[in-house]
Amino acid sequence: MCRLFALTSQDPVSPMLAIKALDVMKEGHDGSGVGLLLQDLGGPFEEMKDAPILSGIFSEAGIRRLDLFMMDQGFLTKYKISLKIPKKSIEGIPRRDLYLIRAYELPEEWDSFTSEEIAKRLMLMRLKIREMGEEKQDMIVFSFWPDTIMIKEIGDPMQLANYLGLDRKELNARVIMAQGRQNTNYAINLYACHPFFIRGFCTMTNGENTAFIPIKDFLTSRDFPGYTGYQSDSEVFAHILHYSTVGLDLGIDAYKHIITPLQEDDLRKHPDAEFLSHLKRTCRPLIIDGPNCVIGTLPDHSLFMVQDRKKLRPGVVGGKPGLFGFSSEVCGLDAVIPDRDKTKDIQPMHIDTAIVSPDRQEVKICRQTEPLHLTL
Amino acid sequence: MSSDRTLAPNSLSLNDLPWQIKYSNDRCTLCGQCTASCPVKAIELSVFQKRIIKTSVNQNQDHSNQYDTFYGIKQKTRVENACIGCAICTFVCPNDAITPVKNPGLDRLKFHINQQGVPRRRGGRRNASFSVLDSIKFTRISMLTDPALDAGRHEFEMRTLLGRILSPRENIKRLREKGWIPPVRQIYPMIIGGMSFGALSPTMWEGLQMGVAYLNEELSMPVRISTGEGGCPPRLLRSRFLKYVILQIASGYFGWDEIIHAIPHMKEDPCAIEIKYGQGAKPGDGGLLMWHKVNKLIAAIRGVPQGVSLPSPPTHQTQYSIEESVAKMILSMSMAWGFRVPVYPKISASSTSLAVLNNLTRNDYASALAIDGEDGGTGAAYSVSLDHMGHPIASCIRDNYLNLTKIGKQNEIPIFAGGGIGKNGNLAANAAALIMLGASGVQVGKYVMQAAAGCVGTEEDRCNVCNVGICPKGITSQDPRLYKRLDPEDVAQRIVDLFVSFDMELKKIVAPLGRSTSLPIGMSDALGIDDFNAAKRLSIKYVV
Repeated sequence: MCRLFALTSQDPVSPMLAIKALDVMKEGHDGSGVGLLLQDLGGPFEEMKDAPILSGIFSEAGIRRLDLFMMDQGFLTKYKISLKIPKKSIEGIPRRDLYLIRAYELPEEWDSFTSEEIAKRLMLMRLKIREMGEEKQDMIVFSFWPDTIMIKEIGDPMQLANYLGLDRKELNARVIMAQGRQNTNYAINLYACHPFFIRGFCTMTNGENTAFIPIKDFLTSRDFPGYTGYQSDSEVFAHILHYSTVGLDLGIDAYKHIITPLQEDDLRKHPDAEFLSHLKRTCRPLIIDGPNCVIGTLPDHSLFMVQDRKKLRPGVVGGKPGLFGFSSEVCGLDAVIPDRDKTKDIQPMHIDTAIVSPDRQEVKICRQTEPLHLTL
Repeated sequence: MSSDRTLAPNSLSLNDLPWQIKYSNDRCTLCGQCTASCPVKAIELSVFQKRIIKTSVNQNQDHSNQYDTFYGIKQKTRVENACIGCAICTFVCPNDAITPVKNPGLDRLKFHINQQGVPRRRGGRRNASFSVLDSIKFTRISMLTDPALDAGRHEFEMRTLLGRILSPRENIKRLREKGWIPPVRQIYPMIIGGMSFGALSPTMWEGLQMGVAYLNEELSMPVRISTGEGGCPPRLLRSRFLKYVILQIASGYFGWDEIIHAIPHMKEDPCAIEIKYGQGAKPGDGGLLMWHKVNKLIAAIRGVPQGVSLPSPPTHQTQYSIEESVAKMILSMSMAWGFRVPVYPKISASSTSLAVLNNLTRNDYASALAIDGEDGGTGAAYSVSLDHMGHPIASCIRDNYLNLTKIGKQNEIPIFAGGGIGKNGNLAANAAALIMLGASGVQVGKYVMQAAAGCVGTEEDRCNVCNVGICPKGITSQDPRLYKRLDPEDVAQRIVDLFVSFDMELKKIVAPLGRSTSLPIGMSDALGIDDFNAAKRLSIKYVV
């Protein structure tokens, strides 16, 4: 089963911290891959918060096609980080031409667009690049979004991090999500590797999603081009998050009411019973049946963790003001924040959403039985 | 019959009959119970003669014949008295002296059940035992990658929704604007399908209603029952138990005068209104209650004269087109209960079902669609309709669900599947397969009669005389001598047994698939079948 670690820190920290956590949780994943999300970036990207950053893996031919495409769209490179790959290959890590992390200047004509319009266009461009890449197998794109870097690759996390030289200041970030991959049902495909990203929302999950097909069918029929892919049954968690937050204009406290609604007796007693029973009915195909632990980020850089109803994949949240970690195993948290007050660690229960907001001062627990911050 | 007599075209020998009585004279005490209870008078007490030839090796000694007379049971070979295989004779025989045996050869009777030019009419369902539903396996078992659940101890929420569900966005908008939101019922995913008061005996109907009330009130299982087209007893209409009942209106409108007049006196709204446009057992044909069963009580409830056959028209008389009259009928029924009660059509599975569904998606008042497949049962229909008309349920449900998925309305119009569920006894497996193919729930009738009242009908053309009111078990008869055989309390008890055991079996299916928090509607990745073409047609896995 996959191992998950995420952290949110007042000061930018090295991605190696999260890799270290995956390394100590190694017993639980087979080292078949790693996925990394860096947000709220430090270093050079601090100065260009609005510039969309394209993250992906490209062949020589792919990068030439990408450059042509981006120029065609009116995008100019603003800044790039080159990951220098050692000449000597390491067994288990595929040889790639280029790991791309490149920030772009938006075309001038986009100045008049609303942020919603920009978000939509950036997503459509990412999908287009992905489609082009799938056609010729020369580009893989993970995200194209401001203040966001994603790196995914096959191989053991620690070996891979050293191989790619991830311990460098330019990659320091305040929000980091890392997943050590367990390759189970699906052939190794980097698009099946967590975390999954859509328009500022990102999630990673362990466990299988037994209700995958009905959820996928529901999302793909929402007439929203971003709800696509699904090489992994976990990708839907990110898309449900986007759907509930953007599509339905609900807060993070409603997310759990969609994926694991309260059972009838509890629902009746809830102060927002009417709204929630309607939400439960109308979003019925989005109910997950687990077993899953979901860790995610929101566009405002809040970090959260939820479990499925059965809570068969527990997780733990702990830390100290300024630095909090979210981990699928306690040992991962111990490795990264050993000096925290462990008595304050929280293992969110089946009705809890554990949230650390961008001020990074405390872990807030939002219970499903509490009143909802309704937008009505 | 002597050997030199001419034969009538419909002269049949015992060998031509589908069921032959095997009788042991040694064990028979001539008590007469079998002949008295045979619903079709297939057997009678008869006198037989036996000749014993006495010969001797001694030529001088006289040879003699000795004649002996004895009594025994004789099977009639007349078409109208052909044994139906119900085995009530075996049931009542104290000495196990008699039993019907299925003719292993091809019977010749079917060429003759059209005397006076009237084609065969019967009850039951299509005489074919194979069901593709039985071939569907649940192959996606959770084990190590995700743990299987404990069906006995885990919490399960196996409920479904009946009613028009809006899209999440539209629903939030209407909540915000305080607009009309269609009524939705949360119910148990297995509904007792429409079997009318009239088709069923009073004791059977009472037993069903008591069982349903018990399931709801004592076991908190929101089981619902459809009335079928025969109205509803006035006391039930005015009772609090009406909320467990789906009132059916069909093309004969039987009983609806009583229902409409009872509306102001109703303490509770009914669960839903089902408008029957079609039935799987006789697609494109109307309901049929033959005169044998239209006694005083039935006539009063239906608002018709006594002793006349009641063939409902094949279609509603007001029906002009689906866009207008069906929409109007749905709207009228919704309006009658102040838009508080879901109203949905029931149709027979057909290659035109998709067109109906597509139309309903554009009608905000349509709450669901019930589709009844070719294996659905009936109290009375022409045999040709039963055996040859209609569409299998599995592919029809799948096509309709996938169509909804394509337009994004798979959660908005629940589809209920009926017809042949549990035909070979595999009730929960068949129901779960249909749910995973896309049904929101199932409607079951025949299985309920078999399990709760001991209906002996089979797809080997056994019994199937529901139409003429001579049901040997008293399930589909209006003759007090017959329906007294059925104790409503026993029926109610069996209904409870049936639902409680179904519930456990359903959990035993979904738990190993890792599902418990919601009914796995459309979870087609769990299904496999060992027939390549069926797998392709149903878009499920081909497994061998």
